[in-house]
Amino acid sequence: MATQDSDHHAVANADGDETAAAGQAYFDKIIAADSRIEPPDWMPDGYRKTLIRQISQHAHSEVIGMQPEGNWIGRAPSLKRKAILMAKVQDEAGHGLYLYSAAETLGIPRDVLNDQLIAGKARYSSIFNYPARSWADMGAIGWLVDGAAICNQVPLCRASFGPYGRAMVRVCKEESFHQRQGFEILLELANGTPAQKQMAQDAVDGLYAPALMMFGPPDSDSAHSSQSMAWNIKRFSNDELRQRFVGMIVEQVKVLGLTLPDDDIRFNEETGKWEYGELDWDEFNEVLAGRGPCNAQRLTRRREAHENGAWVREAATAYAAEKAKREQVA
Amino acid sequence: MSSVGTTPVVATAMGAATGDAMASATRITPGNALRPEDIAGKVAAGSVVVPQDVASYALRLGDDALILAQRLGWWVSRAPELEEDIALSNIALDLLGHARSFLSYAGGAWGKTEDDLAYFRGEDEFCSAHLVEQPNGDFARTIARQLVVSTFQHLLYNRLVDSQDATLAAISAKALKEVDYHQDHAYQWVLRLALGTQESRRRMVNGLDLTWPYIAELFDDDELIDRLEGIAVRPSSLRVAYDCRITQILAEAELDVQEVPRAAGGGRSGRHSEYLGHILAEMQVLAREHPGATW
Ligand SMILES: [Fe+2]
Ligand SMILES: [Fe+2]
Repeated sequence: MATQDSDHHAVANADGDETAAAGQAYFDKIIAADSRIEPPDWMPDGYRKTLIRQISQHAHSEVIGMQPEGNWIGRAPSLKRKAILMAKVQDEAGHGLYLYSAAETLGIPRDVLNDQLIAGKARYSSIFNYPARSWADMGAIGWLVDGAAICNQVPLCRASFGPYGRAMVRVCKEESFHQRQGFEILLELANGTPAQKQMAQDAVDGLYAPALMMFGPPDSDSAHSSQSMAWNIKRFSNDELRQRFVGMIVEQVKVLGLTLPDDDIRFNEETGKWEYGELDWDEFNEVLAGRGPCNAQRLTRRREAHENGAWVREAATAYAAEKAKREQVA
Repeated sequence: MSSVGTTPVVATAMGAATGDAMASATRITPGNALRPEDIAGKVAAGSVVVPQDVASYALRLGDDALILAQRLGWWVSRAPELEEDIALSNIALDLLGHARSFLSYAGGAWGKTEDDLAYFRGEDEFCSAHLVEQPNGDFARTIARQLVVSTFQHLLYNRLVDSQDATLAAISAKALKEVDYHQDHAYQWVLRLALGTQESRRRMVNGLDLTWPYIAELFDDDELIDRLEGIAVRPSSLRVAYDCRITQILAEAELDVQEVPRAAGGGRSGRHSEYLGHILAEMQVLAREHPGATW
């Protein structure tokens, strides 16, 4: 029996190896052709893990990102602004949903990801750990944060993993509305009363550096970048995207009649790239490590919402089960 | 693995309530011709004249929608499931749209904008019903309030589409389609909560108990209504249909209708519960810090 067993095992292993080899060959061919991998396809473990990490972090960011803007829905200073802000936050919840669905196609259920988030074991974009103290932050978040998200996400529309790329196409369309509404808020403030203009400038000053840091650490310290690029998940390095973003906002800020809090921004004719001042990566790492101004508050809110909703989800499950049972009997 | 069980269920309840829940909320739907801006534009251009009484009536409808939208906005990022964050904010957004249209129209009688009316009226100038001012409480209490308000508004707008006042009729026609979804959302949840678990049933019963005293005010007639024959809908005339619909839903949910004494009311003439002052304090604070500013 023992021999039979081990023989059986050996055969299965050989089969597995063969499948893996064929899978790897197919995967390599797809990547080389810059085509798309779909959920049932064979993929390397590392590829799957990288995608789960990236997509779930992105989903969490959408969900946590509802909080700083949700903070101003009740106080929006005109009904039109209130409606636009409400719609925007609602879109972000939708983005969270598509991204969790994309992650689920990789075999990880949404509630597992949610549990990781509320246990403080998952990351989300550090930008949402900064407080939204003034109405102008609604403008600066839309303009800079959604703006940086667009720079990051447009290339992701071509990501090699099909469900992720397709989710990004949909998300990006909405993000451009978000950026525009943020820009409009700032434009209105910048052309308003002196107090409004000051509010706008303060918000831009506060969010400029955190927005630049949204692209992740400098290329020299970026742990995952090169492999992600080889897999056609990432198309440009963190620094390349950051430079592109600076080039965009440096023009737009002129239209606003505001300034960026960075005297070192310049276009380098030789490299053809935008340069900017030193960023405080120690602060970035502090916030990333959970010691930012709002980390605890954001996670507490998410945890409370989840815990307070447990009885509702249980009711829905029980109701569905009971209904299915009755239908079976009938 | 509870998501395997709950997600489709919750998604169904929500999907029914919001149509395409995945549709972008910031995209302007083609064919949504009647926007608050269009009404404000017509009013400002003088192409629509708004009689005082009609304006006072529009203000009631607008205030109910506005205060409820303000209440529901709180749920964003606090709902039991991501799908409900979307559903509740979608309902709030619809209500805010109705409020903006009604207030823009009402303002025409007094040379005021929707924002003048929303942000620079005092508490005693608001004419919302006490029901919409009541706290969100837990999800069941919010759903109980939604059940009553959406049922009432559905019956109301369904009749108001025949108003002799063309603008009220047009706003109602658009609102009616949206309120239809709100009603279904509340109905789906009442069933799930009432028939789900013991705990959810206890909470649903409690939520309804807290809501019943505020229903009577919605159906009160007064002199304004008397003066608007053919233009306004007489609230008392909706009561039979309302009772019939609610009784049906509660029977399906295996719940009883409780006979409870009515709360004081008075919202239509500016006498509010203690809650409204706090709601307005939050809503108006920034606008009032910068009088005359535009946003
Ligand atoms: Fe988003
Ligand atoms: Fe966004």
